[in-house]
Amino acid sequence: MSPMDGAYTRASTMDAAPRVTVAATAYEVVMGIECHVELKTQTKMFCGCLNAFGAEPNTNVCPICLGLPGALPVPNRAAIELLVKAGLAFGAEVPAFSKFDRKNYFYPDMPKDYQISQYDMPLTVGGIVHFWRDDGSRGSCRLTRIHLEEDTGKSSHAGSRDGRIAGSTYSLVDFNRAGVPLMECVSEPDIRSREDAVAYLEALKRTFVALGVSDVKMEEGSLRCDVNLSLRPYGQTEYGTKTEIKNMNSFNSVARAIESEIARQTSILESGGRVVQETRGWDEAAGATHPMRSKEQAHDYRYFPDPDLTPVEFAPSDVARLRQALGALPDAHLERLIVMDKLRVEQARQIVDGPGLFEYYAAAAGISGKPQATVNFLLGDLSRLANETDTPVFSSGVTPEALAELVGLSDAQTINSKTAKDLIARIWVEGGSPGAIVAAEGLGQLSDAGAIDAVVSEVLAGNAKTVDDYRAGKTKVMGFLVGQVMKASGGKANPTLAEARLRERLDAPR
Amino acid sequence: MADRSAAEVARAVNARETSAVETLEAAYARIAERDGAIGAYLALTQDLARARAERVDAAVREGKRLPLAGVPLAVKDNMCLEGTPTTCASKILDGWIAPYTATAVQRLIDAGAVPLGKTNLDEFAMGSSCENSALGKTANPWDRSRVPGGSSGGSVAAVAAGEATLALGSDTGGSIREPAAFCGVVGFKPTYGRVSRYGLIAFASSLDQIGPIAQTVEDAALAYDLMAGKDPLDATTVDREVEPAAAGLRDDLRGVRVGIVKEFGLDKLEPDVRACYEQAYDDLRKLGAEFVEVGLPTADYGVATYYLIAPAECSSNLARFDGMRYGLRVEGPDVGATYEATRAAGFGDEVKRRILIGTYALSSGYYDAYYVRAQKARTLIAADFAKAFEACDVIACPAAASPAFAFNAKADPVSMYLMDYYTIPMSLAGLPSLSVPCGYVTPAGSDKPLPLGLELSAPLFAERALLGIAHAYERGTGHARAKQIPTLADAVSAR
Ligand SMILES: [Zn+2]
Repeated sequence: MSPMDGAYTRASTMDAAPRVTVAATAYEVVMGIECHVELKTQTKMFCGCLNAFGAEPNTNVCPICLGLPGALPVPNRAAIELLVKAGLAFGAEVPAFSKFDRKNYFYPDMPKDYQISQYDMPLTVGGIVHFWRDDGSRGSCRLTRIHLEEDTGKSSHAGSRDGRIAGSTYSLVDFNRAGVPLMECVSEPDIRSREDAVAYLEALKRTFVALGVSDVKMEEGSLRCDVNLSLRPYGQTEYGTKTEIKNMNSFNSVARAIESEIARQTSILESGGRVVQETRGWDEAAGATHPMRSKEQAHDYRYFPDPDLTPVEFAPSDVARLRQALGALPDAHLERLIVMDKLRVEQARQIVDGPGLFEYYAAAAGISGKPQATVNFLLGDLSRLANETDTPVFSSGVTPEALAELVGLSDAQTINSKTAKDLIARIWVEGGSPGAIVAAEGLGQLSDAGAIDAVVSEVLAGNAKTVDDYRAGKTKVMGFLVGQVMKASGGKANPTLAEARLRERLDAPR
Repeated sequence: MADRSAAEVARAVNARETSAVETLEAAYARIAERDGAIGAYLALTQDLARARAERVDAAVREGKRLPLAGVPLAVKDNMCLEGTPTTCASKILDGWIAPYTATAVQRLIDAGAVPLGKTNLDEFAMGSSCENSALGKTANPWDRSRVPGGSSGGSVAAVAAGEATLALGSDTGGSIREPAAFCGVVGFKPTYGRVSRYGLIAFASSLDQIGPIAQTVEDAALAYDLMAGKDPLDATTVDREVEPAAAGLRDDLRGVRVGIVKEFGLDKLEPDVRACYEQAYDDLRKLGAEFVEVGLPTADYGVATYYLIAPAECSSNLARFDGMRYGLRVEGPDVGATYEATRAAGFGDEVKRRILIGTYALSSGYYDAYYVRAQKARTLIAADFAKAFEACDVIACPAAASPAFAFNAKADPVSMYLMDYYTIPMSLAGLPSLSVPCGYVTPAGSDKPLPLGLELSAPLFAERALLGIAHAYERGTGHARAKQIPTLADAVSAR
């Protein structure tokens, strides 16, 4: 499992984090998060080059994305609309006019030595991201804005031992990524805990993936986030001095970096010191942040409207069309699962995040009327088979109707759990109706007391030694005897009933 | 041959009275004869020109008719032409070969024009005399002790000296119109957004516009019609129908309302220059034009406004020339030092001055006071023009306050900046504007007459009306081709 994929390992496994008991401090954590998300377009933001990860260096390039003299940018409307959809999914406003600005600074992987971005008129303004905590409570974080910009190229530094710029003798730049559309989501400082930070990021990711806005793969750099973090005494209204943490490459490292930075700032404040406003980089191996640049070294980016580009206009009808195209959103699905169907948050997340699982679940549970039993099969046997065979559940032989039938048969105790498991494995491959197979092959559970008694008598007679052991007080052998009853009944005996009958016979005074 | 107009050359080549190759050879012979004295070209593109001329001839033999068949074309060296060095007359682009062709250049080549070479300019088009070129000196064909004007000095001198039939220039604050006036040719800047800037190396993106330089208004209209129109590669081109200007040329000015700008009174000019413009206004009247006085109360802020906006944009546009990917690189101990050493060695003083002004104007703390206020002033200037055009169809004024000046006469940058006093306001407003020859003055102590240019400017997108009016003036006065350039015999013998 890759470190991201929504696979944030929860608090208990965050062993590398510094040993500080955050809860015991007197400080409230205040965080805002800036996310850079690469948009999933066919072509780059301002030229016709492919937007593709993993090509040979400097193959998806042209005069425009290389910033050659005389080349001009032409905006990709598909990227603009994807971003606006992302904003609309969180209830953002779409201003009628938006514009592009230049952010000026020199850097070797920036072809024009300015980046086309948006300064004071972003494509979307406001909005709110809702998320669920593990305990079933609901949190939220307001969005400040979402704006569009172009990505830079990627430098690699050669000749140094660790691939860092210090000590390197030369650098190579790959411009395949230069000009890829990037949306920057800026949040308000509403986040108060490490867990909420991760839940917020997962909510963003879930929505962007569902909308087809982005792949959101942190390891490919299609999601990058910076966390602004400050502490303040509980009850204080002013914010404390913040630091900006960069360079996290998974949700797990975001959580670790936050924990580390909380610990660092806490110890500074507790020893009477002052936090310095600065940008800090997260070092995954060291498990700590280190200073990158201070406020005094901050760039003056000399933003001004890009004269090569005209304003972006959105008529109310454009916005309505895009809003219409959103469809049902993952947060609405989560709400249904958690509030209506009373599923646990973790189960609800797994269903919403799995490929096609929500629609499958909704169909199966709709027929069976039994959400929890449906989920148990879906996240149990069916997900295991999906992993083993590398096939999504919805394309297996087990249709939602079949699953609903199976849930019904189990719930009515017509079949026992072993039969159910066997049936799922069989139907996964062959397809078919569980009810029909059970009827045709007599797989129904043996629940008739007389019939069970007959089998029990047979087992007791054939296992005299074990019967003696039981009666001598070694009651653990009961499991073995139940197993023998199951075996003798061809797996069909109702195990609960079998055990009850066995106990009755063995415990009876003789 | 060389003094025929583009329309005449194309007609003759299409009629197979001559060939594109013969026309090309004659043009190169003229360049060989004269350019040593003039210095219009930075580089000749002989192989490309020959190949294009042969293709034109083949097409004509197949019965095709091309609107610019075989027309020898000079291209200002801030426009990309695939496979040829493109320098902007700067050391910083040393060795860079353009891998693609600018849209405007391509459209003329597709129409049959044959690119002879790349012409000199003030470095990155920043200047009004061509003296800021880092790569060569261009002389005014009328008096070689004088500048040709700038920044499109090379293209203008090439047409004036008969070293090209047609040329392309770029105009940011007057860079086509002022040199056209100085060299006695027609120079036309279309409405901003009419002609694609794709492949034009940017100086100030919101002002730069490519336009034709020609011997006649008819040729300018012909080239404009071919270049104008939406380009999917330039987001600032306007998607609006282009009414063919060549079909709207007229011979009289009956019913035309000519606006004379109150603030541009001729009393500030030298008496002989003033007399020449008074004569030009009289000529317009004789052709049937009515005169109205219009006000441009904010026009006086034009130069100051321009010298904030244009440098601000240039400071960003020229950032990419950093020695990392192409052109000159002067190695330093680290990346920052390499940037500094490269740019210190690669840019001339005027370019550095404008980058510094622009960087300052965009800096935090100064942005509102300079850049934002300049944009507000620009809006007011455009509004003044819009109001003026309620009362007139075209505005007439001098293209420059004086004829061509001597080399080194404007050492003070501000006196050079003021050369564009009459052209900058129209650039800020994005208007179509041109300079057409309107007479000659001979400075005291000289025997060499120097041309003057009448600037005519029209409302946005009124190119067809503007060129029609300019054509009537040109026909009615005959200034455009009235005189042989007196220095040419001298230039030939000077070799
Ligand atoms: Zn590209």
